[in-house]
Amino acid sequence: MHQVLVIEDEPGIRAVLRVLLTAEGYRCIEADTALRAEIEARSHKPDLLLVDLGLPDGDGLKVIRRVRAWSPVPIVVLSARTMEEQKVAALDAGADDYITKPFSAPELLARLRAALRRVTHATPSAVLRFGDVRVDLARRAARGADGEIHLTPLEYRVLGCLARQLGSIVMQRQLIREVWGPGREDDSRSLRVCIKNLRAKLEPDPRQPHYLITETGVGYRLRADEDAA
Amino acid sequence: MAEARPDPDQLLERVKAEEAREKRGRLRIFFGASAGVGKTYAMLEAARNMRASGTDVVVGYVEPHGRIETERLLEGLPRLPTLPVSYRGIVRQEFDLDAALARYPQILLVDELAHSNLVGGEPAPRHPKRWQDIEELLAAGVSIWTTVNVQHLESLNDLIYQTTGVRQRETLPDHVFDEADDIELIDLPPDDLIARLHAGKVYVGSQAGTAVERFFRKQNLMALREIALRRVADRVEAASRELPSDRAQARAARDRVLVAVGPDEQAEQLVRAGKRMADALDAEWTVVYVETPSLLRLSDEQRNRRIDELRLAESLGGESVTLDGPSAADALLEYAQTRHATRVIVGAPKRRGWRAWLRPSTATELARRARGFDLVLIASAGRTPPAARAASGPLPASPAIRWDRYAWAAGITAACTLVAWFMYPHFDLSNLVMIYLLGVTVAGLRLGRGPSALTALLSVATYDFFFVPPRYSFAVSDAQYVVTFAAFFTIALVIATLTASVRQQTRVAGARERRTALLYAMSRELSVTRGITNMAQVAVRHVAEVFQCRATVLLPDADGKLRYPTEPPLETSFRGADLAVAQWVADHGRRAGLGSDTLPAAHGLYVPLGDERRTVGVLAVLPDNPRRVLLPEQGHLLQTFASQVALAIERAHLAEIAVQSSLAAERETLRNTLLSSISHDLRTPLAVMAGAGSTLAQHGATLEEATRVSLARSIETTAHEMSELVSNVLDLVRLESGQVALRRDWQTLDDLVGSALTRYQERLAGYHVETRLPPDLPPVWVDATLIVQLLSNLFDNIAKYTPPGTHVTVSAVPAGDFVQLSVEDNGPGLPPGDPARLFDKFQRGSDEGTVVGVGLGLAIAQAIVRAHGGEIEAQRREDGGARFVFTLPATEEAPLTEAPATLAGARGTSP
Repeated sequence: MHQVLVIEDEPGIRAVLRVLLTAEGYRCIEADTALRAEIEARSHKPDLLLVDLGLPDGDGLKVIRRVRAWSPVPIVVLSARTMEEQKVAALDAGADDYITKPFSAPELLARLRAALRRVTHATPSAVLRFGDVRVDLARRAARGADGEIHLTPLEYRVLGCLARQLGSIVMQRQLIREVWGPGREDDSRSLRVCIKNLRAKLEPDPRQPHYLITETGVGYRLRADEDAA
Repeated sequence: MAEARPDPDQLLERVKAEEAREKRGRLRIFFGASAGVGKTYAMLEAARNMRASGTDVVVGYVEPHGRIETERLLEGLPRLPTLPVSYRGIVRQEFDLDAALARYPQILLVDELAHSNLVGGEPAPRHPKRWQDIEELLAAGVSIWTTVNVQHLESLNDLIYQTTGVRQRETLPDHVFDEADDIELIDLPPDDLIARLHAGKVYVGSQAGTAVERFFRKQNLMALREIALRRVADRVEAASRELPSDRAQARAARDRVLVAVGPDEQAEQLVRAGKRMADALDAEWTVVYVETPSLLRLSDEQRNRRIDELRLAESLGGESVTLDGPSAADALLEYAQTRHATRVIVGAPKRRGWRAWLRPSTATELARRARGFDLVLIASAGRTPPAARAASGPLPASPAIRWDRYAWAAGITAACTLVAWFMYPHFDLSNLVMIYLLGVTVAGLRLGRGPSALTALLSVATYDFFFVPPRYSFAVSDAQYVVTFAAFFTIALVIATLTASVRQQTRVAGARERRTALLYAMSRELSVTRGITNMAQVAVRHVAEVFQCRATVLLPDADGKLRYPTEPPLETSFRGADLAVAQWVADHGRRAGLGSDTLPAAHGLYVPLGDERRTVGVLAVLPDNPRRVLLPEQGHLLQTFASQVALAIERAHLAEIAVQSSLAAERETLRNTLLSSISHDLRTPLAVMAGAGSTLAQHGATLEEATRVSLARSIETTAHEMSELVSNVLDLVRLESGQVALRRDWQTLDDLVGSALTRYQERLAGYHVETRLPPDLPPVWVDATLIVQLLSNLFDNIAKYTPPGTHVTVSAVPAGDFVQLSVEDNGPGLPPGDPARLFDKFQRGSDEGTVVGVGLGLAIAQAIVRAHGGEIEAQRREDGGARFVFTLPATEEAPLTEAPATLAGARGTSP
């Protein structure tokens, strides 16, 4: 049973989260201030942190940085701040994912699962499944319903990078740095082309992506089918 | 009620005037008939008494002239240090205005009010006259005690000159004297004064002994004493007459005195006579100078004298006007009628005998035709004033005689002779005269008066010499030729004079017309110029061109402090204008600098824009040739330009205020609409949630599973809708307030459209969505979040206003530097009316609130597209349904305002 530390000052939302998480079989610890959050994080050693950014005694970003300083525990931000700058700042501070309020329960649970999976399966799963398409990252092979699919080495690298944080946001800058090397972070055009091509090859309907999701203004997220993990 | 009640505005005016007077310092003048009566002594004595009673009395400037009594009185009185001013190599001690202002005593003593400051000195004085220094101190609230001799009064200057034969250079405008709060007459019988003079107790300066003797004769002193006593008596009488109600009534049926002056010596006398008469009648008075064509031929020196007369009139408190007209009498009569003059003062006619009969003088003409006014003739004083007047200013040398024109005159005569020479064998002798007359006419038109007269003379001579028998001699064989010569010469002269004056008139009219045209040109350009700084630039350009100068318009900032213009200077801009001088001008509403009363030594002339009550800025002018601006007509023209500019700037100010207030009103309406819309659109979903929530809480256990879920779902959906509504409002506020800095990046439309569709996946589930994005579509240079938002808003519209099953098409085509996208559907189409109105805030497809949303979606979409430099419009599809077309930039340097031509072409569908 996973322990989730809910850091949230709004009692209403805490109550909803408590019901939701307990119903899904998580153990729920609560903290309503930044100070409390750190204490709870140190004493309970939770498996995941769900952090609100606006806290009465400080910014949630500070909590994230403090915790990141000593622990690789997955951190998911749950905030009403919707501007992409704020998302990027939270991800930069060390958060793994970002969910905006109001949230839908299935979405929240899916993201939590994804974040937890990253820890439990420390090595990314070698085989991804997108509907009919299966991609074996280790052997660099892809096969769809109509047979072999050819992916370029660059596309494998992008896919690999996204797969390491399967289900979570990967920031655009990070993607470019890892695939194209440092110093080219501002060159987003190649990345866009690459993503477009990947979608054309992997998505059942590339016009309406289902697996390779754009997190507008922030980055991308790879959503493989649940049973692929 | 016969007695009209006082007009409240007038009362207010009077109260204000009195308040102003209270704040102002009081001016007390110790007034005497001549030097040596003991004015300074009396003043110092009074000051000592004042000081003893505890008043803060300070001596600003007193010339003891080495008199022991005066020196003794000065002891114990605090004195301001004098200011050493070097002037032509000599250092002189002068009154220090700034020190006085800094010391700010209750009462300040300054001797010799009529004193002239050393204008060419170093440091340069702020004002040329001491009374102007005093004026500033009074305005600042310092009370002044000072001394004045009667012969320094401007209006009496002439009278005293006639009486004593000594002309005073340093004069004091009468209004300063008249406006003094107290006049203390210091009187000493002439015998005592002469005794004091002999005892060496009177300082007489550096004047030669004989001059002193002449001035201090007993009858002179008696005359001066009488004048001084009468002047003070007049003042006392005026003061007793000046009860407010009397004054107000008197003004209504006031006399107006016109003084008609010419360019002769009598003008000054006429001006002073006019001043005395106007004072006696308590009337307003105007000095009129008529510029007739004949007067235009006068030398510059004479014209400058006229300028001096007009200046004198203004310094005496009169108004000065220059009229143009073919004859002085006509212009004067017309002006007298329009201004309702009651008296007209002119000099007595000077022409005598047949000349008077042939060309009646202005006075005679006026006497013949006067209607509605009395004509006052002033006999000439008979004495010619000393020529020393010329020293009063840097008068120019009379213009050099244009010798080349005389050479031309000789040339023309030679040419005529040559033509006549060839004609001689074939023509009558009398016809040759015509050739010469032609030559004279040409000379008159081209060369002016003198040369054409010379042409006339030479023509007669050559005609005689070359053609009249006996030829090649000036002798004449036949006596009848003498008649020919006389008539020839007279006709030639008349032609020469007439053509020359026509030429002169044409030139003057041309110049005047040009000036009017220039003024008109500036007004016209100003009237179509928007924005104050642009207006200032227009003004600078025109003023610089018309007055051949460098110019700049200095405008105040929000605190009223003048500042230099921030925009790049024009070629003709006056750089380095003195802000301190300009600020003085703005604060006082009076001109300063070059050729004015204040800071005449300053670099450039500073003219206020606006009047004393409200100055909107300062026009600073640095003339290429300073003399031009000093001419009153140029000065007036500059003033006219300044008024035009001031009006324009004032207008711009008002327009700005109007725009701001209408903006504020618009914002107010917007806020109200927003509040009512939001409160409606928030309450509806809240009601749903509250109802569903309470039902679940109360009857949850007894409800069927399906009902429970559906209630919970409705809570979830309405919550999401509310969330969207709130973020829409927030987005719009941010977009409109310009807080959004675009985070542009290269984006593919597939990605953007895909993201938006994914976001609307559920709500567009029942719709047939088709995307037609060509594979070779260029990437767009946009802020991805905003574009996804824009697309979402369009999809949201479709979800709201079209039924499920509707076909939706998203397509894009490259269009130059842009990519043109369109989102169309085959639903019910746009509501009737102008499609452009859909983009207004709070517009919705259907009026009643069955559909949630404040009608901000399209307004936001438009704001987003415009922020990217594109355009959006709504169109009706030919086969029904709606189409939204917009453009997004496909280059980094996409033009920010220009919409691409393709969209402009497609605009035909919208009105």
